[in-house]
Formats: sequence, structure tokens, C-alpha cells
Amino acid sequence: MSDLLCFYDVELKSRLLVGTAQYPSPAILADSLLASRTEIVTVSLRREAGGARAGESFWSMIRSLGLRVLPNTAGCRTVKEAVTTAQMARELFATNWIKLEVIGDEDLLAPEVFGLVEAARILSDEGFAVFPYTTDDLGVAEKLLDAGCKVLMPWGAPIGSGKGLNNIFALRAMRAHFPDTPLVVDAGLGAPSQAAHAFELGYDAVLLNTAIARAGDPVAMARAFAAASEAGRAAFLASPIEPRDMAAPSTPVLGRAFS
Amino acid sequence: MKIVVNGETRDVRAPDLAALLAELDFPPELVATAVNETFIRAKERRICVLAEGDRVEILTPRQGG
Repeated sequence: MSDLLCFYDVELKSRLLVGTAQYPSPAILADSLLASRTEIVTVSLRREAGGARAGESFWSMIRSLGLRVLPNTAGCRTVKEAVTTAQMARELFATNWIKLEVIGDEDLLAPEVFGLVEAARILSDEGFAVFPYTTDDLGVAEKLLDAGCKVLMPWGAPIGSGKGLNNIFALRAMRAHFPDTPLVVDAGLGAPSQAAHAFELGYDAVLLNTAIARAGDPVAMARAFAAASEAGRAAFLASPIEPRDMAAPSTPVLGRAFS
Repeated sequence: MKIVVNGETRDVRAPDLAALLAELDFPPELVATAVNETFIRAKERRICVLAEGDRVEILTPRQGG
């Protein structure tokens, strides 16, 4: 049975979206991406001095892997910054996909949801396929869908924190509230078990960067996340049992000796 | 003419954005550009005339999360 993920009418086998920053070397980055079996990688736009060619060599390497890119607007603090960055990204990376980040504060890098919704509407109207990095607030999520988003990416925990799923209740509620919208846990994952948990909750995909890039062995960790994602998704499809307070014997009671 | 390129004040001769990329040694097909926070398409760079004090962003692909 095929179990495909669908973002904006694009079907994908892998449910792992992987960031490309903070790896020890370009070679380890490439090997990690391959080990993760990801089909979508996040990239950014940054300033570079004239004559420098770091961006060129990075982009050449990413293209050689044949992966779909999801440019981000990381670090943008205003609607104008985010919209302009998205427009620049669309031309440079030749994709209308954009991971929309509008950041509200430096401590938690929390989504600035008012600007996020406004930027999402502008970009959707301009033909972008918007992947909004948002909170687990249902009202904000409704407004993002109303603005034209067809995917939602609530945070698991603050970016780079490795804390995992900080508010399981809210993530569960979001899954229940939007049964037909592709949902991606974006940010905060630290261990493969946390990714597996997101899938067991019914999330369609996870997006992570630091957990792989900063691991002692990024390539092995990428492989571990791939395995955990597949296990978590398979578990969700197999309908896990509901937790209960009281014990229930797994061995048949009927025929027990000495009874 | 003094303009701000990627946050740094520069004294340049280029009259337009396309000429600026050449003057500063940027490969035009591998950068995205904005002037005063407004996106300028690659095909519009030649007609984007620069003025004293303009703030130009020249961005390249980079690692991201």
C-alpha cells in the first residue's frame, strides 16, 4: 500500500524535511541528507561579499543531490522583510515554495503570528506555496488557512532547543481540529523518539536541522531519524492502543493453574 | 556615489543595479537583489537606476533550517 505525503499537489515518499545548516562539513551535510532519505531540504538566502563563492558551491552541491528545496525567510522580523525575502528566494531557487518565518523575539525565536498571517496572505495571493512556521494556536492556524496556506507547521519547541514536543495536548488538538490539512512539526526536535512521537500523534511530517547537524555523528543520526519517522508513521497507521490506568493481563486468564 | 551594499557603505561608479553586480564581482545568475527593501527581478536590474544613499541587498543561496 502506498502511503504518500502531499504538499501543494506534490506527492512525496519521505516524511522527513531536513535543514542544511550547522553541519561540520559540506561532505557530512551531503552524506547526512542522503542517509536521512529526505526529499525536501530547507535553504536560506544570505549576504555574501562580492568575489566570494560560498553560496555558489553550496547551491551546486544541493542541486547535485537532486532534492526539492524549501527556501526559508529565517530571521525576518517584519512582513516587508519576509515578503521581499520570499520574492528573492523564488527567483534564485526557482521554486514557489517558501517556509515562511516571521520571528517575534530573540530568546525563543517564537513565530510573530500577526505578521505571519499578513505575510502568508500576501504571498499566497502572489502564487507562493506557503509553509508557515507557526505556533500550536488553533485560531492562528485557522487564519493561516484562510490566508491561503495549505500546510501548517507548528513548532514542537523553540528552534534548536532539542526539547521535543513541548505541548502534546496542543499538538493533539491541532491534529484533531484539522484532520485534512498536512501538518508538520517544525523545530525543537532533539531525538528520533520525539520524531516518532509526532508521527504517532498523526502528524504528516517533521522538519529538523540541529538534531542531525549537531549530533556527534550526523550521518548516523540522520539514519536514526529516518528509521524513527518510518516507525512512527507505521505505528500511527496501525492504530496504537489507548493508554489505560489499570493493568490488563496479556496472558489468557482462562485455564490458569491453581485457580 | 555612496550607497549601502549588504549593510556596508560603498563608494561605487555603477549607474544601475546590473552594473553594480559587475563592479562588485557578483555572478548575476547566482544572486537575488533588492533595493530599499523592494525585490528587483534579474531582468529589471539594468533599468534599476541607483541613487545616492540607496540600500542594496545582494543575497546568495546559503544553508538554512
